[in-house]
Amino acid sequence: MLEVEHLACLKGDRLLFRDLALRLQAGELLRVAGANGVGKTSLLRLVTGLALPEAGDIRWSARCIRREREAFHRELLYLGHAPAINDLLSPLENLRFACAAAGDELSAAACVQALERIGLADQLDLPARVLSQGQRRRVGLARLFLSARRKLWVLDEPFTALDVKAVADLAQALTEHCAAGGMVMLTTHQDAPFAVPPRVLDVGAYAC
Amino acid sequence: MLSTFSAVLRRDLLLAWRGRADVLVTLAFFVIVVCLFPFGVGAEPNLLRAIAPGVLWVAALLACLLSLHRLFAQDYSDGTLEQLLLSSEPAALWVTAKVLAFWLSTGLPVVVVAPALAQLLDLEQGALPVLVLSLTLGTPILGLLGAVGAALTLGLRGGGMLLALLVLPLFVPVLIFGAGAVEAELSGSGATAHLLLLGGGLAASLALAPWACAAALRISTD
Repeated sequence: MLEVEHLACLKGDRLLFRDLALRLQAGELLRVAGANGVGKTSLLRLVTGLALPEAGDIRWSARCIRREREAFHRELLYLGHAPAINDLLSPLENLRFACAAAGDELSAAACVQALERIGLADQLDLPARVLSQGQRRRVGLARLFLSARRKLWVLDEPFTALDVKAVADLAQALTEHCAAGGMVMLTTHQDAPFAVPPRVLDVGAYAC
Repeated sequence: MLSTFSAVLRRDLLLAWRGRADVLVTLAFFVIVVCLFPFGVGAEPNLLRAIAPGVLWVAALLACLLSLHRLFAQDYSDGTLEQLLLSSEPAALWVTAKVLAFWLSTGLPVVVVAPALAQLLDLEQGALPVLVLSLTLGTPILGLLGAVGAALTLGLRGGGMLLALLVLPLFVPVLIFGAGAVEAELSGSGATAHLLLLGGGLAASLALAPWACAAALRISTD
C-alpha cells in the first residue's frame, strides 16, 4: 500500500502544493488530474523517489521510501514524459536494456513478444530514430507487459501520441494489472476508455 | 547482482561503436593538438624532446575533457538517467560501468596512439613504456573525476565551459605526476614513485568518485 501524507512540493521559489494526502490500496487505479503546471508530474516524481519533497512522508508498505529505496524500486515501474529511448539502438535493444537496467533478467524472446503485442512486430530491428512519436512511446510502454511482478505502476501521460486502438489496449492492460492486485497511478488529459471510471485526485485542490 | 552494471557497460560500448565518429573526433583532436607544437615552438629536436611528456599529457587531458560532456548528456535528455536512478542496484555501480565504457572508448585509444606521437616529438625509446603506463593509470582518473563534474553541470546552460572550469584544477595533480613520471624516467631517477602515486590516485578515485557522481546525478535530476 502506498501512503502519502502532508506532502509539499517546492519548484524553484514557488510552492506548488501542500498538505497533499493520498492512499493507494492493492487493486486501485488512481488518475492524477489538474491543469497544466499544477504539479502532476512533480507529484509522480516525488512518489517514485526521483525528487525530494519539501515536507511530508511517502510510505510504501508502511516504510518510508527513502529508507527502503532498493526494496521500493524493485516493486516500482515508472514511465516518465521522456520515453528513455536511445536513437541509435533498435526497439528490441532499447527494451532489453531498459529491463536489464531495472534488474529484470529477461530472454530476448520475451522482449520480442512484448513488442509484437504492442504492435511493433515490423520495427524490431530498425533504429529508433526512424520511428514515429507514437511508436517510440510504444517501445517504452512495452515494458508494462514484462513488469507484471512490479506492484506499483506510475505512468506520466501514457496515452500521449497513441492511436485509438492502442489507447484501448493500454487501458485494458492497466485494468488487468489492477485486477491482479497491482496499483496504477497515472496522469492523463484524455478520457481513457476504462470500464470503471478511475478514482481522481485533483492536485489543484491542494495548490497554494 | 551486477545485471545493471553489465547492461550499462554493454550498451555504452555498443553506442560508442554506433557513434564511432565521436570517438574518432576525440582521437583526431589529440593527434592535431600534439602536431601543432612543432609548428608553434619550432622543429628544434632538443626542445621538442624536452617538452614531449608535458605536451602529450596536456593533449590527452584536453581530449578527455572534450568528450566528457557526452558522458551523461544523452541519457539525461532522453530519460534513461531517470530509469537508471530507479534501478534497485546502487547507483555507484552503474556509474562505474559508464566511466569504464567511457575510458575504453576515449581513454584507451589515446593511450594506444600516444607512443606513435611520442616518436614525432623524438621522445627517447626507453621512456615509451613509462609514458604508456602513466597514461594507462592517469586517464581513468581523469574520467572518474570528470564524471563528477559532468554530473554536477548536467542540464545547465553553458555547462560545457563550466565543466572545464570545474575539473581542470582537479586534473592538475594527475598532470604533474603523469608527465613527471616520464621526465623522471628520462632524468634517470626512475619513475616508480610517480607511478605508485598515480596508482594510489586511481584507487582512491575509483573508491570515492562513483559515490560522489551518483549523488551529483540525483541532485541534477531532482
